[in-house]
Amino acid sequence: MADSIDTRFRHLRSRTPEHSNHQLAPDQQSVELEPLGLESAKVRVSRRSFLGGIGATSFLAGTAPLAAASPVEEPIQEQTEAAGGITLTLRVNGKEYPLKNLDPRATLLDTLRERIHLTGTKKGCDHGQCGACTVHVNGRRVNSCLSFALMHQGDEITTIEGVGQPGNLHPMQAAFVEHDGYQCGYCTSGQIMSAVALLKEPIGSTDDEVKQAMSGNICRCGAYTNILAAVKQVRSRA
Amino acid sequence: METFNYVKAPSVEKALASAHEGKFIAGGTTLVDLMKLHVETPKTLVDINLLPLEKIEKLPDGGLRIGAMVRNSDLAWNEEVKKSYPVLSEALLSGASPQLRNMATTGGNLLQRTRCMYFREPNAGTPEGYGCNKRTPGSGCAAMEGFNRMHAVLGTSDKCIATHPSDMCVAMVALEAVIHVEGPKGKRTIPIADFHKLPGETPHIENALEPGDLITYVDLPKPQEGAKSTYLKLRDRASYEFALASAAIVARVEGGHIRYIRVAMGGVGTKPWRSREAEAALIGKSANAATFKAAAEAALAKAKPHKDNAFKVELAKRCLVRSLKNATATA
Repeated sequence: MADSIDTRFRHLRSRTPEHSNHQLAPDQQSVELEPLGLESAKVRVSRRSFLGGIGATSFLAGTAPLAAASPVEEPIQEQTEAAGGITLTLRVNGKEYPLKNLDPRATLLDTLRERIHLTGTKKGCDHGQCGACTVHVNGRRVNSCLSFALMHQGDEITTIEGVGQPGNLHPMQAAFVEHDGYQCGYCTSGQIMSAVALLKEPIGSTDDEVKQAMSGNICRCGAYTNILAAVKQVRSRA
Repeated sequence: METFNYVKAPSVEKALASAHEGKFIAGGTTLVDLMKLHVETPKTLVDINLLPLEKIEKLPDGGLRIGAMVRNSDLAWNEEVKKSYPVLSEALLSGASPQLRNMATTGGNLLQRTRCMYFREPNAGTPEGYGCNKRTPGSGCAAMEGFNRMHAVLGTSDKCIATHPSDMCVAMVALEAVIHVEGPKGKRTIPIADFHKLPGETPHIENALEPGDLITYVDLPKPQEGAKSTYLKLRDRASYEFALASAAIVARVEGGHIRYIRVAMGGVGTKPWRSREAEAALIGKSANAATFKAAAEAALAKAKPHKDNAFKVELAKRCLVRSLKNATATA
């Protein structure tokens, strides 16, 4: 999906042409200085190197883009010194991430991906319509694209990286693998975050009720039948 | 997105004191979306998520008090709401997605803004964009001659035909909810029928709130004894879509005759639509198909369809007939 820097940060850009680069907010500047995820490469796997290495690995490696995206050891400190940004600590997957110079406009989604470098959470529509950005806040599923990061000080945030990791998959992740609940995989982390949250919601047991409860997550590949099978399997064993 | 200052209000008093600086933000599901589209450009956001308005409480008179910060999912799944106001639970669960319902609040949903694509168009009202009187007063209405399949057929004006998108509000209209507001002039209450405004000449004025007003509670009156309530929503797909037509009905039938009736419609009006015409055609009458058909005709008698949305008139009638049948069916 359209995950280029240009589209990801379209909403942060000023409409007016007279706002030139030197007036950009700290987050915008840092993004232009550090295009895509090759910086701090010691623990991160680029999409290219991952795809190159996937050939001979086992079936289970199919979940790696979800789970292994970035178990970052230390939050990466931004070098930008610009004044006026927000200082904030987010608690994600049980770990504290102090953030400095955060643009107040930064959504929870962009902050998770671009500042904390937990890129398992995906940006699809960026308007709360597709569900790719689904994370848990205090145990409830929400669209992280429609929430500002600065509103989440003190909240317990869980992303796909906190749900399970290779070798220690959440039963829902394992069920998605078992039932082939994806094709391209872009929506999958959001689907799984919704499906995991659904386990604690008062949802009925019929297929229609499960489909309704999963309808906030769009899958353009159309893996719905397999997603339904995965969710039903985990619910029946819960 | 334009940048903004951010204030986190720890109390209603502090929120009101900061109100003049900008807009309140609760769930953010409408506001953040529209800020990204440059439709909303608040200078300051006053975060009201800490306010102690997240409870659902029984009132001494038998009614129900819903805090403005109660999330849509919590309200829909509340036992008292499911038991005594099923129309509200059904309406909430038919709206948006589970993720959005976990975020969206009762107060925020009252202020949900239209999905009209000309209103949401990033350049609306500018020389390179479409006109939208709701967004940029005086810039015209591109929906009149544009794509208007989703637009309203009731309560329109020659300035605006944008549909009110909320399901919750439609149920609350049928339940005759009362909205509690605190503002610079103190506390006051507004019946929901008077809360949302018709577009008329001023489509940018959408409700009865004044600058600095904060919605604190919504009260539901004591449930009608012996009444049944239902919500029926018709749309392009079975889930996660806005209504083409919907109906909220509260009805009590005694001896085959309709003794209490409230009819509200969604998806067809510029505001959550109370049909007193339908109610007049139903009250005291025998609960049968002919009565329901007459009520549906009365409800849509003043409908003004445009190029693409004439189908809504017939759809809304059938929606009413079917939901009246459901609401008056004896168990």
